[in-house]
Amino acid sequence: MKFACCRRSWASFWLAPLTSRRLVLLFATSLAAATPPIVIQNATILTVTKGTLNGSVLIRDGKIAEVGEKIMVPADAKVIDASGQFVMPGIIDCHSHIAADSINEGSVSVSSMVGIEDVLNPDDISIYRAVAGGVTTANILHGSANSIGGKCTVIKLRWGKDAHDMIFQGALPGIKFALGENPKRAGNPTGQRIGAGNVQGRYPATRMGVEDVIREAFNEAKVYQQSWKDYNEKIAQGEQPAAPRRDLKLEPLVEVLEGKRLVHAHCYRADEILMLLRVADDYGFKIRTLQHVLEGYKVAKEIAAHGAGASTFSDWWAYKLEAFDAIPYNAAIMTRKGVLVSLNSDSDELMRHLNDEAAKTMKYGGLNETEALSLVTINPAKQLMIDNRVGSIEVGKDADLTIFDKHPLSNYAKVEKVFIDGQLYFDRASDLADRPERETEKKKLMDKEKEEQKKNAPVGRGRPAA
Amino acid sequence: MKRLPILVLLMASALFAAPPGAIAIHNARVIPVSGPAIAKGTVVLRNGLIEAVGADVTVPADAWVIEGDGLTVYPGLIDALSTFGLPDAAPAPSGGGARGATPQPATPAPAQPAAPPARGPEDRPFTTSWLKAADLVKPTDRRLESVRAEGYTTAVTFPNHGIFAGQGAIVNLAGETSGAMVVAEGAGQYLTFTTTPGFGGGFPNSLMGVLAYVRQVYLDADHYKQAKQFYAAHSRGTPRPEFDRALEGVLESSRVLLPATRRVEVDRLLRFANELHVEALLYGLPEGYRSADLLKNAAATALVSLKWPEKAKDSDPEEPDSIRVLEVRDHAPSTPAVLARSGVRFALYSGGIDRRADLFKAVKRAIDAGLAPEDALRAMTLTPAEIYGVADRLGSIEKGKIANLVVTKGDLFVDKTEVKYVFVDGVKFEPVEEPPPAKPGAPEASNPGENQ
Repeated sequence: MKFACCRRSWASFWLAPLTSRRLVLLFATSLAAATPPIVIQNATILTVTKGTLNGSVLIRDGKIAEVGEKIMVPADAKVIDASGQFVMPGIIDCHSHIAADSINEGSVSVSSMVGIEDVLNPDDISIYRAVAGGVTTANILHGSANSIGGKCTVIKLRWGKDAHDMIFQGALPGIKFALGENPKRAGNPTGQRIGAGNVQGRYPATRMGVEDVIREAFNEAKVYQQSWKDYNEKIAQGEQPAAPRRDLKLEPLVEVLEGKRLVHAHCYRADEILMLLRVADDYGFKIRTLQHVLEGYKVAKEIAAHGAGASTFSDWWAYKLEAFDAIPYNAAIMTRKGVLVSLNSDSDELMRHLNDEAAKTMKYGGLNETEALSLVTINPAKQLMIDNRVGSIEVGKDADLTIFDKHPLSNYAKVEKVFIDGQLYFDRASDLADRPERETEKKKLMDKEKEEQKKNAPVGRGRPAA
Repeated sequence: MKRLPILVLLMASALFAAPPGAIAIHNARVIPVSGPAIAKGTVVLRNGLIEAVGADVTVPADAWVIEGDGLTVYPGLIDALSTFGLPDAAPAPSGGGARGATPQPATPAPAQPAAPPARGPEDRPFTTSWLKAADLVKPTDRRLESVRAEGYTTAVTFPNHGIFAGQGAIVNLAGETSGAMVVAEGAGQYLTFTTTPGFGGGFPNSLMGVLAYVRQVYLDADHYKQAKQFYAAHSRGTPRPEFDRALEGVLESSRVLLPATRRVEVDRLLRFANELHVEALLYGLPEGYRSADLLKNAAATALVSLKWPEKAKDSDPEEPDSIRVLEVRDHAPSTPAVLARSGVRFALYSGGIDRRADLFKAVKRAIDAGLAPEDALRAMTLTPAEIYGVADRLGSIEKGKIANLVVTKGDLFVDKTEVKYVFVDGVKFEPVEEPPPAKPGAPEASNPGENQ
């Protein structure tokens, strides 16, 4: 299990004289409203939606209160001089698997009863490392083992908070679908025919089967939906019918049918993408995002017509057969064809440099700076329907901001500071400054344990007493 | 008429085959736990109960007298979460290795490989909620002798295999028959977060699958209860609901025991219990020292394992643990002290430790980390009795309570202290100091809370 080792580094930025961990944690959990306003001055501000300017951002009560070339600095404000530095909206990752104690309920083909929210793990060090890469919001997805996977949760990377306090309140819940090799291979890991050998096979084993599983699940969901409609109608007429059994597998699918839950579908090939769009059209729901979607460039028009977003990689492919026919122009071509495109990580490592990934689309496909930055900010925000809160630097939005020392689309750019809800969650300088202290702390614990082990060697079990 | 009392006496002596008449421990230091210590007092036991306790209690004429000079009398220790008394839980076959799986069955396992893999919650995987420890307990459990030597006279013992493992019972750790051991049943439903390994073994194979399953079972139980009530009122003309023993077992259980190792699990499971509207006892708690605020806010009760986390014996010397892991191992024994300071109700349980020296050492570590010795004693006597609702019978030395006592030479939990006598239901045992050592290489017994 991964554990935190530098959770309090950010806080020492504000509370340098206070060394007590308890005080720091108290501070971290106090309301944003209790903190003084912050002004980031003299920065190049990449708003993404409102152009670029040199000026200041005022943060008050966790929100962006003012953005401009000249703004009044409130008397009680904490001022950060960001001369020569770049402020951009906190990066949003539309596809991540960090911060969870389990990812795949791979035993069944429809696992919509399970959800990431139940197993969020705020101690995952990947959270802090992602923040250090400028990410402030992430869509934590169930894995891709099943045609219909588990429920997904959007979180803010509020490192140091408890699980529940990381959840992006107000974001619509999601659900993972998966097509192709992963769902048809899962349960049949040796690649043998179902039932061959001693491996318990699991339906489906083909792409046809994947489609069938999804259709059957929604057939069931419609019957279930109707049973509750009937029940509620009878209640409305004053009858006292027995309530149907609540089914945690079908409830999320009914929510999908009713537009209350966003579908994020793992897919690669053009044919399976079209298949899923047709299935969704048949059943009257929308695919909110296609994930990976490496062959999306082949069917971009159809994706745009359905209204699905596409969340892809810049140049990561060929790790399996269905991921071969990919090109680095994918994001740019889909963008030009009118698809809402984002770049995601699907990896705790890639997650730490999504700004680099965005920059690649300028070389491959010729997107401009704003378009490139949009791929990791406002576009994923729109895909997750949280663009009224995050994704750009605009007055009234959450103060989720990343400060880079150079232009974030440069390979040489490093994250200096990251704010979420106006609170500082990463500060490069204090992280570096705190390292010797943490090393000493660790060494102390290791030495102490060695001492204890000598002293407390277990008595007996055949060993003569010392 | 005149013969009736004789008959009653005869029956009584047949039922309580052990000491005829009474036993008096005379002029000993008495620590009743429920009240102040008595520097020189007498405890009288009769018919398995405490007949009298105090500084100026007269020794009855018919009593066997134990001279208590230099001895201390404590209430018998209660293992607040245990498998003691369930012989099938004792030996641990090696192997398994399923992540989070309890390695050995204490009770017949519902989902052995022979059974087809569960396709979802409907197949009730890893569920034996109907099993009752009170039905399974046996005086032949070979561990009883060694755990009595630790000072344990009572265990709250649970079937320990599966997600819904079964219902616990409060049992005394000696008795002529299984039935004689049981003090009370209905201690609660014991849950572990067991999963199948890999993708081919059936539902659930992830933690979130287990949680979804538990949630569905509680919804089903609620629905089942309503359907049964409706059927009882309108039997004629209503199709009958299908009998479901899994749900019966859940509905019979007034509380659940949930495994919580890390702070995130404390947070998660307190919320979960709240959502399910069940009373939960969290067990394990090596990270209790950093979870006290959560437990306090939820007014929750914690069962803290005395088996403190240790560095894995086969850990890679080239791969040092993270600072958090090191910190947990260092701070875990401070959990009871932190909980006591924060006003969180907690009991300590053995975690399967079945040697006196190891148990005392484990308690000593908690005391060294700041736990008051009297709080340690309470967390192993009266508090567990209160948690399980048997404080009217167990947990302290008071008139009328069950005669479960530990008599020591020296203070309890001090290494050199000798456990002289243990009384269970008034029956005296003289513990052997060294229980037979485990066979070399034999895997240790697995116990509740250990596998998470």
